[in-house]
This record gives sequence, C-alpha cells and structure tokens, in this order.
Amino acid sequence: MRLPLPGRRNIHLSILLGPATLFLAVFFITPLAIMAVYSFLEPGLYGGVVWHFDHLNYGRILGWAEGEVEQFDPVYIEVFLRSVRLALTTVAICLLICYPAAFWVSRLPAKWKNFCIFLITLPFFASLVVRLFAWILILRPTGFLNTLLMYLGVINEPLDMMFTEGAVIVGLAYIFLPFMFLPVYASIEKLDMSYIEASSDLGGNRFQTFWRIVLPLTLPGIVGGSIIVFIPSLGNFVVPELLGGAHVYMIGNMIEQQFLYARNWPFGAALAMMVMATVLFFLLIYAVSLARSEAEGMVRG
Amino acid sequence: MTAQSHSGHFVDIRNASKVFATPEGKSFKALDDLSLHVSDNEFVTLLGPSGCGKTTLLRTLSGLETLDQGEIRIDGREMAGIPPHRRPVNTVFQSYALFPHLTVDGNVGYSLDVSGVKRTERNRRIADALELVGLSGMGRRKPRQLSGGQQQRVALARAIIGNPKLLLLDEPLAALDRGLRQTMQIELKNIQNELGISFVFVTHDQEEALTMSDRIVVMNGGRIVQIGTPSEVYDHPHSEFVARFVGESNLFAGSLAQIGDGLVELTTGHGETIRLRQDADAPAGEQATALIRPERLYLHDGDEPGDASEWGRLSATLRQSVFLGTDYQLICDLPGGRSLKAFVRDTGRDSVSRLERGAPVTFRYPVSAPVLVDTETGP
Repeated sequence: MRLPLPGRRNIHLSILLGPATLFLAVFFITPLAIMAVYSFLEPGLYGGVVWHFDHLNYGRILGWAEGEVEQFDPVYIEVFLRSVRLALTTVAICLLICYPAAFWVSRLPAKWKNFCIFLITLPFFASLVVRLFAWILILRPTGFLNTLLMYLGVINEPLDMMFTEGAVIVGLAYIFLPFMFLPVYASIEKLDMSYIEASSDLGGNRFQTFWRIVLPLTLPGIVGGSIIVFIPSLGNFVVPELLGGAHVYMIGNMIEQQFLYARNWPFGAALAMMVMATVLFFLLIYAVSLARSEAEGMVRG
Repeated sequence: MTAQSHSGHFVDIRNASKVFATPEGKSFKALDDLSLHVSDNEFVTLLGPSGCGKTTLLRTLSGLETLDQGEIRIDGREMAGIPPHRRPVNTVFQSYALFPHLTVDGNVGYSLDVSGVKRTERNRRIADALELVGLSGMGRRKPRQLSGGQQQRVALARAIIGNPKLLLLDEPLAALDRGLRQTMQIELKNIQNELGISFVFVTHDQEEALTMSDRIVVMNGGRIVQIGTPSEVYDHPHSEFVARFVGESNLFAGSLAQIGDGLVELTTGHGETIRLRQDADAPAGEQATALIRPERLYLHDGDEPGDASEWGRLSATLRQSVFLGTDYQLICDLPGGRSLKAFVRDTGRDSVSRLERGAPVTFRYPVSAPVLVDTETGP
C-alpha cells in the first residue's frame, strides 16, 4: 500500500531532518537548559551546585547584590562592555578588510577565484594556538615588527604592542577574517553586474551606485558575516589570554575563570547567560529592522 | 530643436571598432570599422544573429563599453571619455535589471533620486511615467510581484523618466510571450512617437524589426550588411545573408541569359529556370542568385491572369502541407531535389486542402517577384 503524497513527504522530511533535530536537542538545547538553571543556583564548595534558588548571581553583575558574600562589583559590567566594544571593533575591521577584497576576488577569472578562496581558508589548516603564538613573535618588544621599525629608524625604542587592546583586536580580526569573507563574498559574487550598469546608465555616479544599489543588495552577506564574527569574538578567551594577558580581560576569560579556578559554576553560568542575552539582543534588533524595512518597502517608496 | 552635429545627424558613429579577447586567448571583432547615423525621432533597429556586434554597438552608445577605434557623437557631442551616468542616453536592458530591493516607484524614480529632483516633482513625474506605460497604481509593488510584461513596462518607464535624448533597447521583448510581444511592439512605437526621441532597438527577431522600425540595420560579423526601410530590406535584400535572415526565402543560384523585353532568365545547375524583370543590362552567362519570397508564389490553376509573358512558372512535387491559419505553407521538392517553400492562400478552403503528398504542383509568380542578390562567398 502506498501512502498519499503529502504523508510520504512528511515521512521523507522527518527522516532527513530527524538526526539533526535529535543531535541539536541532546547536545545543544540540553546543556543550554542546564546552564540556564545553574545560573539561578548556589555554588557548591568544590564546584558543582547546591540545589537552592538564588538570584544573586545576576545581582553581582547588575547591581542588586548587597549580601556579605555576593558583592556587586562594577568590574563585571566594565569587562562586559569592553568585550562588546572589542567584538564590535573586530567586526568593523573584518568588514573593512573583507568587503573590498571580496569584490576584487569576485571579478577574477574562475580559476583564480577558487585559488583565492583556498588561500582564505588556508589558516584553518594550522592550529589556532600556533597561529596566535606567531602573533606573539611578531608583536613582542623584541619581535619582528619592533625589530623592523627600529632597523628602519622609525622608532628608537620598542613599542609596547603586546598585552594591549590593539593586540587583542588584531588577533581576533586575524582569526575571524575568513568567517567574514565567505558570506560577504557569497553575496557579492551573486550580485548581478547589470544592476550596477543600470544604475550607472540612469545617472548614478560611483558613490550613489554603491550606496543605493550595491550596499543594500549585499547587506545580507554583511549582516551574516558580522553576526558570525561578533558572536565568537564576544565570548573568545584564547586570544585575550595569549595577546591581552592580565591587561585586556574579556568576558570569556571571566567565565573560564569562574568555572575552572573560582569553582563558582552558577556565577559563571550567569555570566554566560549575559553573553547569550547580548547576542540575542543584537539579533533581535536586526530582525526587527529587517521586518520594518520590508514593511516600509511595501507601504511607500 | 536639438543642437545638431556638423554632419546633421543626432547620433553619428564613425569607423567604430571593438575587439574582445575570447577565453581561449583569441580575439573577436565585435565591431569592425562600422559607421552609422541616427536621425532625430528615428526608430532604428539593429538586426542580426547573436554575436554580430549589435549589443556591443548599443553598449558603446550607452558608455558601458568603450571603442578601440572610431568616434561616437550624440547630439553633436563627442562621447569618448564620458561615463554612462553623464550621457543623455538611457537603456532598457534585456534582463530589465530592475533593482529588486526597490519598489516600482523607487525603480522608476531612480534617475530622479540620484540627480536630486524635489520630492513633489519626483512623485508627479513617476505618476506620469507609470501612466504612460499603463501601470498606474502599481508603484508600491516590488519587481518580483509583477508579471514579465509589467516588469518590462517598469524598465521602460524607468528609462524614459529622465527625458533621455536617445533610448536604447536591448532585446526588451525577448522574454515575453508572443501575444504580449506583439502588443508591446505597437505600444513601443506609439511611445516613441509620443516622446519624439530617437530609439535604437536591438533584436534578432526579424518580425519585430519589420514591425517597428523606420530603418533596419542588418549586421553580421561586426559589420553592417544592409541599411534600409523595412520594405527595402525585405523586398530588395542585397545579399543572400540578408535574404535568409529577414523573412523566408527561396534562393536559386545559376547563370543569366537575356530573353528580351527587359526580361532575363536564370538557369540553375539543376535545370530550373527563373524568369525575372531586370532593367539594368545583365551580361549573358553571368553567375547570379535569385530570391523568390514564398508568398509571391501562387498555385497555377490553368490560365494566368493578363499577359502570360508577365508570369514565370515552377513545377515541383508536394512534400508537406501545413495549415497556418491565414495561409498554407507548402513545402515541395523541385525536380533537382532542392526544396521550395510557398505560402498559399486558400480562400475557398478547397484547392489546397485537396492536394495530397506526392502530387505534382505548378506555381506561377509575377516576373517582378524574383530579385537578384549578391551570391554569398564562403559559408
């Protein structure tokens, strides 16, 4: 007996989507739920949690904890805001580098295009930590950059480049560049040249053509790239650990510390929830503005 | 009305050449020392097979391509070095190239927006342009919410709203179905009359070219092979290429002989003879090619109307008869084995439909019907 077509399609769909759904439910939703629950519990003495409701983990961060142990400290907000700032700067730098580069690559002959894409993904073949140590060799006082600048006579004594926000931003931008390049490239690659020609034909100069045609049409790639650079930059702890040291402390380092050294799992979980809330907040802004511009487009010109 | 160039033409193209490099590393002459002029308020069609250079010529007018050699003047102004956005020219693109993120209003008003036209004037002109193309009230839609024909109209409105002095159209009707295409052909011609500007229209569809144009420019291999009014090009093609490309054709190659009374006879290698009127002296024995359009052949039913010497005859065997509505298309075999095509009207609905496959058919044609065309050399 054969099922009617819609029924068969449902079976096909569940076979195709089932494994991915199951995987995400078990390995993504469940840990997330555990973290969310833990963030409202009291810490155990040697890690772990005590099953007792406690909202002061958030109070320590946001300012209503006046208890003897759980003190509000503005440093958490400071670190948090710094992390957002560094992540946004990283996004901006990646975008400024990738957008023109993607334009250039997309106009190359096919074989060169593929070669360039290969070059962009080449860093993935080496270990992240090794690549960051290479940056230490470049940035440290006796490193490549300082030696070169002193040899050229530009500076007399080594610049302090290590353990600065600049070093962290360079490291983050370096790591996440490919994540920005690929979506931006994909949207530029499929941009029909005839739109640019039409704009030019209709009297739009280069700037107007870019601002009114090219930018709006490649916006999905820009937004996509920005999101997938912003999210891991915000929570990153390897780069600030290696290139920022004790001077440039990011929220990722703080979470790592709470879980591994301070043994305060609930507080670490609360910090992690803050990161996630921030990311969701930015995504929400994007979704709302997208829906609004769609609606505006339908209503007026 | 407009400042004319020294040559007195609105558009003047002189000795234009353009060479492209092919991906295989060869070079391809898209334009080969081509000269052409377009007058004020003229509808000129560039007609030719794909790769003949017609689109390249259009793009050099709009400024999207630059010439390797030669010059283009529009309204008396030399166009070299002037970018597309500063030329008094707009284009209707083959793919329409409507901006997908803008509404119909946004698309149509684009050229006004980039030149900073005031909002009230902008909206008024958009409304006028949309009314001209019959799309009033559609301004808030996005291009993807429109049918192919409506998109085509938006592209047209967008191109004419800036009052260009010259409108370029790159196969704008190619994507439309037959009925819509014919409607748009007439509308385009009307709009051109209304605006009073020159149109340069690119197509590979000879029917389109014949319907709309004041003049047709037939192109092949980057060169112009014939320029003329539609009837000139259709009735007196200069070459076999034009005869084949514009309309249906029966071509006969052979040698000429005088038979007196201003008539000559062409005898093919297969033994058919074509009788035609030729006022100029044709030396006996000269090789020539004669063209007879299929609709100039009539079924011979016994007696010719009028003087018998005014008619020529062709005998053949019927291979296939196809009813086209207005006419029957008869495909016949000539005794020499070549095929002959005829469009025959059967008003009484009895003479043609009775003919059976394999039946002998005799056609007659007025001696004014065949014309001599240049014999093609090479393929």
